[in-house]
Parts: sequence; C-alpha cells; structure tokens
Amino acid sequence: MTLPATKTDTKTATRTAARTRWLQDNGVYVAVVALLLFNAVFTSNFLTLGNFRTQLVQAAPVLIVALGMALVIGTEGVDLSVGAVMALAAAIIPLYLGAGPLLAILMALVAGLTAGAFNGFLVAKVGIQPIVATLALLVGGRGLALVIADGQLVQLHDPAFLALGTDDLLGLPISVLIAALLAIAIAGLTNRTTFGRQLVAIGDNRKAATLAGLPVNRVLVGVYTLCGVLAAISGVLATSRLGASDPADMGLLMELSAITAVVVGGTPLTGGKVRVLGTVFGVILMQLVRATLIKHNLPDSIAQMIQAAIIVAAVYVARERR
Amino acid sequence: MPTETSAGPVIEVAGVTKTFAGVRALDDVDFALKRGEIHALVGENGAGKSTLIKVLTGIHTPDGGRVTRNGQISTIYQEVNLVPLMSVAANLFLGREPRTRFGLIDRTRRDADAAELLRGYGITADVTSPLGTLAVGEQQMVALARAVEADADVVIMDEPTSSLEPREVETLLEVVRKLHQEGITIIYVSHRMDELYRICDTVTVLRDGRNVHSGPLEELPRIELVSLMLGRSVGEIEKHGTTAFGEDHHADTRPVLEARGLTSTPRINGVDVSIRPGEVVGLAGLLGSGRTETAKAIIGALPLDHGTVFVAGKPVPRNVKAATRAGISMLAEDRKTEGIIPNLSVRENIVLAALPRLSRFGVISRSKQDRIVDTFVKRLRIKVSSPEQKVAELSGGNQQKVLLARWLCTEPRILLLDEPTRGIDVGAKAEVQALIDELAREGLAVLLISSELDELLDGADRLVVLRDGEVAGELEGAQLTREHVLKAIAAEVMDDAASHQNRHQNSHQNSR
Repeated sequence: MTLPATKTDTKTATRTAARTRWLQDNGVYVAVVALLLFNAVFTSNFLTLGNFRTQLVQAAPVLIVALGMALVIGTEGVDLSVGAVMALAAAIIPLYLGAGPLLAILMALVAGLTAGAFNGFLVAKVGIQPIVATLALLVGGRGLALVIADGQLVQLHDPAFLALGTDDLLGLPISVLIAALLAIAIAGLTNRTTFGRQLVAIGDNRKAATLAGLPVNRVLVGVYTLCGVLAAISGVLATSRLGASDPADMGLLMELSAITAVVVGGTPLTGGKVRVLGTVFGVILMQLVRATLIKHNLPDSIAQMIQAAIIVAAVYVARERR
Repeated sequence: MPTETSAGPVIEVAGVTKTFAGVRALDDVDFALKRGEIHALVGENGAGKSTLIKVLTGIHTPDGGRVTRNGQISTIYQEVNLVPLMSVAANLFLGREPRTRFGLIDRTRRDADAAELLRGYGITADVTSPLGTLAVGEQQMVALARAVEADADVVIMDEPTSSLEPREVETLLEVVRKLHQEGITIIYVSHRMDELYRICDTVTVLRDGRNVHSGPLEELPRIELVSLMLGRSVGEIEKHGTTAFGEDHHADTRPVLEARGLTSTPRINGVDVSIRPGEVVGLAGLLGSGRTETAKAIIGALPLDHGTVFVAGKPVPRNVKAATRAGISMLAEDRKTEGIIPNLSVRENIVLAALPRLSRFGVISRSKQDRIVDTFVKRLRIKVSSPEQKVAELSGGNQQKVLLARWLCTEPRILLLDEPTRGIDVGAKAEVQALIDELAREGLAVLLISSELDELLDGADRLVVLRDGEVAGELEGAQLTREHVLKAIAAEVMDDAASHQNRHQNSHQNSR
C-alpha cells in the first residue's frame, strides 16, 4: 500500500520541480508578454510606434550595463561600480570633445577599461570579495568624476556627438541599435567562445576550474574589464542623449537596476549560468513596469515598491534550483 | 588505563542506519561510550565517522536505530568553531558571561577568570586579544577549555592534532589526560597511531559505514588496527586472484615524473616520488598521511616550502597551468567540489581542460568537440542519454569517467588519480580499474591514491608508503604484499627502538 503512495509523491515532486524550472527559465518572457497584453487593453496610446521607441531608448543604457553585469554575476561576482564608471565616462567626454567626438568617446572607453581592469585586479589577483572590491570604485569613482568635472554640469554642443543620442540609423535609434548589437555579441561571447565557456565553468565550480588548469585570473580580469567598458559605453550614450555631462547624477543607482534586470532575467546570483536573452527581457520588463505605472499616474514611489516585489518574486522562483 | 566504569554508558547507539541520497553512510552501527573512558574512533575517509559523530550529537536524525544519551555532549571540531574576532575571554564565556549587578557583562571578572582558567591549560596568552591572533594549537585549547567549562560530560575531539606542531600535541595530550582524570568522557578521532595508543582505552573502527571492531585498544596490535581500517570488502576478496591486474608492464626507462623533496609544513615533509612511463605507482598510507597533499603538490595546487617537480628532466613551475602544460593531470579526490562543473553538460565537462585546443581564435568548434566527446564516451563506455545531458544527473561512476575523459583529452603524460573508485558502484569500479591498467599499458605514467589496500596491491607496480607526511618506505615486486604495506604504515609504532634510526629524528614526539 505504501509503494503507490510514494510513487505518487515522487511524481508530484518531480512535476513541481519541472514547473519551478520552467518558471525559472521562462518566467521573464511570460511576464513581459502579460504586461504587454495588459497595456494593450487597459492603457490608451500604448501600442504606438512612438511609445515603443521611447521605451527602447530609455532601456538601452540599462541593457548595456546589464549585459556586463550578467557576465560578472555568471562568475559568482557582482560589480557595484558600474554607475560610477558611467559618471567617469560622462566627466571625461567634455575634456576631449574639442578634439573631436571620436577621441572623446575613445577616452571615455579607456576610463571604463581601466576601472574594470582595476576591479578585476582586486578580485582576481588580490583576492578581495567582489562586493567589497567594486564598492571601493562605487564610492571613489564618482568622487573622481566630480573632481574631473569640477562638480559642474557641462552643456555639450558638438552636433556629431549629440547625434549619437538623438539620430536614427536604419529606422532605429542609434543607441538602441548599439545595445542590440552588443547583446548579440555578448550572447556569442558566452556561448561560442573559449572565454565564455571558461567564465561559466569558473562561476559554477571555481575549485574544479582551477584544478582543470583554466586561466581563472585572466578570465576574471577580462570579465570585470569588459563590464567596465560596457558601463562606459552606456555612460557615453546616456550623456549624448542628455546633451550634457552630469557626473553627479549620471548612472546613479544604475548598479541596482542592472542587477535587478539580470536576476529577474533568470541568471542565478550563485554563478555558473549567464542568460543573455533573459537579461534583455529583464531590462524590458523593468522598463515596462515603470512605463505602465507612469501611464496610470502612479507615483514613482509606488513603482519602486512594485519593482521590489518583482525582485522578491524572481529570487523566490530561483530559490529552488538544484 | 585506570577507568572506573561505574554507571552504564553515557551514550549508546544501537542499530543506527543513515542514508544520504541513496548512499549508506551508516549501516546498522552499534556503539557504546562508557563513562570516563577515552574512546578512539577511527576509519578512513568516508567510513562514517563524521556521520556517527553528528548522530551522537543530534545534528543528524538516524533513519533507523536507537540513540540514548545520558549527558551533556560537546564537540570540538578540527576547524575550531569559535569567533575569531572576539577576545579569548569572550569566546571562553560566550553565552554565559558573568554579570554585574545591573545585568551587564562583568568584563573585569570575565577576563580574570579566563586568564586563570587558561593557565591550567598551559596558555598564558593575553585573554583580551582576539582569538584569531592565537596559534591554532592554542585556539584548540581554548575550545577545549570552553567545552569543559560548559560542564560537558562528553567531549568529542575530531582530529585535534592534525594541524598542530609536535610541542603543541604534547600539551594537548596532557590536557586530555587531565580531563580524563576529572572523569570526563572523551571520543578521540585521529589517525595518528602513537597518539591513540598513548591515551585511548577503547577503540571503534568504522569501515564503509559499519562498525567492524569495538574493544579495548591495548589488546589490539597496531598492525591489526591498520588492517581493520584498510580492510577489504567481501566482493573484493572474491575478485582477488582472478585479475591479471598490475603485472610488470613498464619498460626500464627513465622516469617521466620526478618529484623531489616536496615539503609543505605541516602536511608533507620531503616526499620523493618518481614514475616511469607505463608505470602505475601507488601511494599508500592512512588518511592524513599526506597522500592527497603529495598529488596536489605535484600538480602545483599546494603551496610548497621546498621541493621541485621534474617532467622529463625539466623543472615545472609551481602552478596548475604550467603543470597541465607539462603534461600532468589530476583527477581530484572530491568529485563534487573539485571535479565536475555541475550545471554544464557532459560534453562541456569533457572538453573543459582542452578548450583552447578545440577552438580557433577563441571561438569554439562544436564539430571538433563533438568528435572528441563521441570518441571518449564510446571508449570509456560513459552511460549518457546524450552528450548534452547535465553532468550532475549522472551516477558517480559515470561522472568519474567524464572526469577521466576530461584529462585524457589533454593528452597527458602523467595522470594523478586520487581515489578514482571512491563512491562508485562495484561494476563501474572494475571498469575504472581496468581502464587505468589499459592507460598505463599505452605508456601513461600513473600515480594511484587509494584507501583500499587491495586496490593498490592489485593496481600498482610499485608502492610508496607515506606516514605522517614522510615516505616510510617503497615496495615493489615480491614486497607488494599486505603484510609489507601494513608493516610500513604501522612501523613506527610497532617497534619503538627501530623508530630511533627511522624517521622523525628531529621530532619531539620520539625524543620522549
């Protein structure tokens, strides 16, 4: 009599496990579709080209940062300095804009690269925990940015540079196009390259990866550097769209938005898995949530609480992974 | 040993069984701890010691059987579980601090009490300094003092001396004796034969989750104790004699691997190992004798004080990457934490170490991967539904084969195998053993570590016996018998006179 009972138990257990796993893998897509349907019915003027355009332009900088964050989280790390790196990039733009937008952008990216490499050095070579190592730059980076900019907001007038944030290419805003291309590139990097696979292996079981002779330190430094460069790209695009260099406000709390998007997108904080498409949808979901609430005239404070609820839900679903 | 075993047992365990994820950690174990005795609990890795301790202390609930406790139990783990950043005195009285009239902690009294108390344990360190600043041995003593002060009737000491200096060991043993005189019952887990025989009254030997022997220690010759710990299982005896495993098939060539004077105090001390192509060299010794450490030192995963590893006569820099490039591969002892990458597929686990070779300009080539994975899945007969199956879903034996395949992909010249057949079923075990033999025949130099003596005797051409981190002897040819190995392992303790010319001339333990 006990045997059939146990059998049913196991069956229910596996079914629950399967359902949980399905939700972990696809929850973010379902949520995005559900939110779109909700808005299609209940929100006026939502399904318009103009609105989608606005949403995507707003989401692009977050996505670019989140892509780097997903890689870092894949190694069981975290990068809290991304917002500060964006501010650094913003502060550097006006210094070199006189010599042409290309040089200005290049220098901003070099700043991101340096900051990222510094983080990577602290984490991989010195062995400081990622959360602490990158906290240093979260605080110091923005300070440095303010020193560089002398604490001032600087209006930018270079038309070529401003075009980056306002113009279209192939019918799409340039920043959105860049974000999309980067997402494809990062997906390729994670799934198709030695670097990507080593990154995932290190995140899943660092001890085993070390004993397998993988270049653990090199990969870690590479991941943080890449994350820094992506944050700088995001800072450049956001500055261009704003039309001004504003190191005090640029990228403020960006690290939290990026981590949220990554986690909501199904990348576990425990490392060993990087979900690029999930991250893209995680960013879109959070953007849609905010847009929906704004369109229904709910204050930002409510939006924040709903975001919190979504994070808790995402972490709750991810909790039962095996 | 004088023991007044007045009342009944303090702890009694009858027919206890405990299973973890299908693996039987304890199998119908009986265990009785008499009041006032020092009871040695011994057994190799995975024999069930930790599980039994956790059942005794109530951390694990047994699946079956009965546990009776008549006293307050306190466990002192190998890794001291105190609060390193708090002061010594605070640690000592954590949770039961002396109070002032106002209910606040009376620091002055606490510190004075602590200092006096610790003096009795031979510790004169400043009790207001953080515990973490003390030497490991002293920390252990604080843990011990704390346990005793908390009115424990039973103190369980799990490998208390494994990281201590010889002088600290002496102090610890003194304290243990003192506690014994005060009537405290002690369970002493250790693999150091001389310590056991110096202080313990009774011994319980666990093997494969079973109690294979319980009785007075004095009546048990040391060699027999070792034999009981390493003993063979019934299945193995039947197989023995029918295998043509391990005949002398290595050529008389120069060694491809030479490790000289590997030293990493206090784990290993001056270990030499050399292996010729096609040779299987076994590392024998008890748990904690430095087997795994030797292998890790060879692959560059253990920081060394001295010693050099040569591959084909050339010194290898001390890091895993360089060692791997030189052709050394190591199958780690702990499959779960040091071997598999659980969330990746069988394919990705196999190609992991060889990734750079299987890609072009950093972009992986699936066709190359699929080809090599297919070859190894067939050759090692790995049972998978598809190479894309998650490696965590495989059985232990198949996971082990996946790891073996990972190393074979890198085309190594030297293969270090740390307990390659632990925790895998009998069928898979025989397959893995046959595979090792086959690989050696193809010219690979193999270092085989095993807790099972018979696996070593059957599989190895030559045995290096380790004891307390030093080479206690090398055996080959006709010397490859059970008796010789056991003698080499137990030698020091069998014959005290001989031990003087033997090793350890500079060790304090023997000068006594």
